[in-house]
Amino acid sequence: MIRTVVRDVPRSVAYLLSGVLVGAPLMAALLVMGTLGLALTPVLVGLPLLALVALSGVPVGALERLRLRLLGSGTPTAPHTTPAEPGLAAWARLRLTERATWRELAYTFLLGFLLWPLDVLVLVGALGVPGALMGAPLQLSVSGGDTKIAKLWLIDTYGQALLCTATGTVLLLALLWPLALYARARAALARLLLAPNEAEDRRRLAEVTRSRARLVAAFEAERRRIERDLHDGAQQRLVSLSMTLGLLRLDAPPELADRLASAHREADQVLVELRELIHGIHPQVLADYGLTDALADAADRSAVPVEVDVDLPRFPESVESAAYFAVREALANIGRHSGAERAWLGGRYEDGRLRVQVRDDGLGGADPSAGTGLTGLADRLAVLDGTLSVHSPAGGPTVLSLEIPCPTR
Amino acid sequence: MPHALKIVLAEDSVLLREGLVGVLARFGHEVVAAVGDAEALKSAVESYGPDLVVTDVRMPPGLTDEGLRAALDLRAANPALPVLVLSQYVQRAYAAELLDTGDGAGVGYLLKDRIGQVEQFAEAVERVAAGGTVVDPEVVRQLLRRRRDPLAALTPREREVLGLVAEGRSNGSIARELVVTEAAVGKHIGNILGKLDLPPAQESHRRVLAVLAYLRA
Repeated sequence: MIRTVVRDVPRSVAYLLSGVLVGAPLMAALLVMGTLGLALTPVLVGLPLLALVALSGVPVGALERLRLRLLGSGTPTAPHTTPAEPGLAAWARLRLTERATWRELAYTFLLGFLLWPLDVLVLVGALGVPGALMGAPLQLSVSGGDTKIAKLWLIDTYGQALLCTATGTVLLLALLWPLALYARARAALARLLLAPNEAEDRRRLAEVTRSRARLVAAFEAERRRIERDLHDGAQQRLVSLSMTLGLLRLDAPPELADRLASAHREADQVLVELRELIHGIHPQVLADYGLTDALADAADRSAVPVEVDVDLPRFPESVESAAYFAVREALANIGRHSGAERAWLGGRYEDGRLRVQVRDDGLGGADPSAGTGLTGLADRLAVLDGTLSVHSPAGGPTVLSLEIPCPTR
Repeated sequence: MPHALKIVLAEDSVLLREGLVGVLARFGHEVVAAVGDAEALKSAVESYGPDLVVTDVRMPPGLTDEGLRAALDLRAANPALPVLVLSQYVQRAYAAELLDTGDGAGVGYLLKDRIGQVEQFAEAVERVAAGGTVVDPEVVRQLLRRRRDPLAALTPREREVLGLVAEGRSNGSIARELVVTEAAVGKHIGNILGKLDLPPAQESHRRVLAVLAYLRA
């Protein structure tokens, strides 16, 4: 307990003192703005001032949340939402409709008119009075004859003064613990009014989830755009170049035809690479035919022979592409690391859930946390409320399952 | 020299369209209409009655598989119309759908990459126009990798031969490619047809069925 007191008391004092520094000017400001606002309301100039008073809780709340850090505990997050539109007017409109704003305003009035005077009282009582008592000998020596300690007790001898010092010391030690307790209670009140409540926390979480989904959608759209640009631009030009070279070779003299042939081979090689690249970015078959065909296509390309048993309807684009890329990553991993000779790919849609499973007869021991590939895919599925699980005991077999709740298209 | 073909061409990229017209002209064919979207393709076929349709898969307005859809519609209306589809992608699904029309006679599915090999491309054009079947070697290669029934019963050599059949080669051409006699090729094909349990019928038709078995495997 002593250690707690030693640690907490300076923090509590700092918290209460700074509270006074905030509270006293705040009271003045509230009084001036409130009075002016009320007085000027008949000529309408007062209304903005009153609105300003109503919103004063927002910066005070922010400052007070920061000040909680003085007590060594964390700063609560702001309970406010971010305005959807830019501009001061939109901000003010949103804030005035939020409950948190009014809780902060209540706290502001409490701080301005009740809490900081209370803080002063507690500080004076717990530190000022014992301090004055302890300083009695000094005060007596300065004044010469007699003196009043803390404006309460008249003393005129050093004996009395020393007694005062002793009493002050005991009193100080006795009051340190209540002082820390008071500061803690004070902070709890601030936290209660200034931290987000449960509903606000939930809303924030929903907001984060939505923004993550938006990010994934934007990423997906960008993928499509790149695919289309490469397809409509570079790929067409290369085909055209290859065609021109092919025609030139027909009519070229033999020595030139040889050199043209090697240029032609280069161009065709680039075409093959570009085609694979474009396919990797976003396969057209996924958009045109959906998961069943796209997964069969992915199995065709797998280094390890894959037995496919997939029968699926069409799903929303985001679901199809998340599932497709997860399976492709799984097949790539099987080809690279598993040492498997065969793999199985199954996909079904039942009870509103898409379930896909990739199994191999390899060595097992795959660690999904080791590679960033699977983690990224799990994140992508999580956006859709889907899950990815990897079961891979040492010695195998490895089973990767994914499940996404989704409607059909 | 094979006779000059009347061709309707559909390709939305102007660059490629011009290039294709040039290549086809170089081999003595006449492109009677070169259009840029699926609707124009259908009406061009109606007004010109071509010997062959060459079309891209991805076409306006949706830039998905409108060209292929148009080709399937044309084949449904007239199963004897030879159609050669050019694709940017190796896609078994596209090839399979196409080959399902009119028993796969007079259809071709080629990667655009092949146009650059102008002589082979011209050969493919003529083969499809003559009622043959042409499947891109890349699609065939992918299928060979799958090694599943009923193809599992085939020996590697037989699979190789079937691959070349799928590409639309004649027995003579396959024999030259594999450096064997034409009789040997004929024997292989007989074995393949036997193993795939294809009923004896006109040989070229069975060849197409063998290719289809392949694509559906």
